[in-house]
Amino acid sequence: MTNINHHLNDQLLLGYSAGNLPEAFNLIVATHLSLCDECRARLESFDALGGALLDEQEMVELDDDSFDKAMALIENAPMARPERTKPTCGVLPSPLIDYVGGDLSAVKWRGIGGGVKQAVLKTSKEANIRLLSIPGGTAIPDHGHHGMELTMVLQGAFTDEDGRFGRGDIEIAGEHVEHTPIAEPGMDCICLAATDAPLRFNGFLPRIVQPFIKI
Amino acid sequence: MKTTQRDSDADWVEAMDRIRQTQDKAAFAAIYRHFGPRVKAFLMRSGADSSLAEECMQDVMATVWTKAHMFDASRASLATWVFTIARNKKIDALRKQRRPEPEDLAWGPDHEPDQADVLAMQEESTQLSKAIAELPEKQRVLIERAFYADLSHSEIAEQTGLPLGTIKSRIRLALERLRHSMQ
Repeated sequence: MTNINHHLNDQLLLGYSAGNLPEAFNLIVATHLSLCDECRARLESFDALGGALLDEQEMVELDDDSFDKAMALIENAPMARPERTKPTCGVLPSPLIDYVGGDLSAVKWRGIGGGVKQAVLKTSKEANIRLLSIPGGTAIPDHGHHGMELTMVLQGAFTDEDGRFGRGDIEIAGEHVEHTPIAEPGMDCICLAATDAPLRFNGFLPRIVQPFIKI
Repeated sequence: MKTTQRDSDADWVEAMDRIRQTQDKAAFAAIYRHFGPRVKAFLMRSGADSSLAEECMQDVMATVWTKAHMFDASRASLATWVFTIARNKKIDALRKQRRPEPEDLAWGPDHEPDQADVLAMQEESTQLSKAIAELPEKQRVLIERAFYADLSHSEIAEQTGLPLGTIKSRIRLALERLRHSMQ
């Protein structure tokens, strides 16, 4: 297990547990949880809270044939076999492998200038998520935010005003935050970045091309 | 099944064992009577109409049967396990999205849960329910809404007329109280 210093906050864990986050955020949360036992344990306590609330929930009436219909569903479906995802040993944890269709070698990168590459992953439209590859020693373009941006490191590291972020660390940037992450010298820094609004780059790319490269 | 008193977590653990070992329909019926109406209410609060909620609830309860061997009483109460199945159904059927799940840990349905852990889990669940019941009404309502309804903090603000900052800090306060009472 890697040594993780930057974790998910309560708002994200509650949203993931309640099932209220956009798909892109669910994906980055699931990716972090795959590497972070501490957040996984916290998530279990939010799930327990959801369970306790369900138990206290007022009841509504069921259809008369409700139970029979459920039994019919059961008779038509065999007992499910235990399903386990195989533990991964590459760079991408299993939730990401599902979206990419393989490990890092399967990522379809597109250069966006300055040696920086990105690959947008397909999720529901409320938010978007992409993999970023930044050459070591390079500044990740300075950007401000309209909404919330989550950046998780999968390989290499970056540093910014909030400290150093290595594999498994997740940075949570809210609205009105401007920050300038710089990839550590050495191997390419590979990050997963989810935003609930398009990024607004300052000076790195003319704003007019942003819709076309899907940032 | 007791009718006068709520079934305890221990009863549920036993009922799940009976489903797993002997496909016991009576045990399943007891679980259905308790959780079916609650799961349906949860789905309706999340935006489903009555007939969609009924249909999804039947699916959720059928999953409780077909995946009975996945239930691990040393890791979660039955209420928590049913909640996670209902939550996933909500994302799938109501929000029409995929639900990315974290990588599996090295534990699984093949390990035999330790009885002491099962009892400790039941103890904690009871304590948690008590802690929720003891929360001030305003905090409990906000936590419930954050969980149940498909509402963001800002939408809750519109419904309750409370400023966003107040809601965030009330939810945080409620979580802190819960944590404190679980120590």
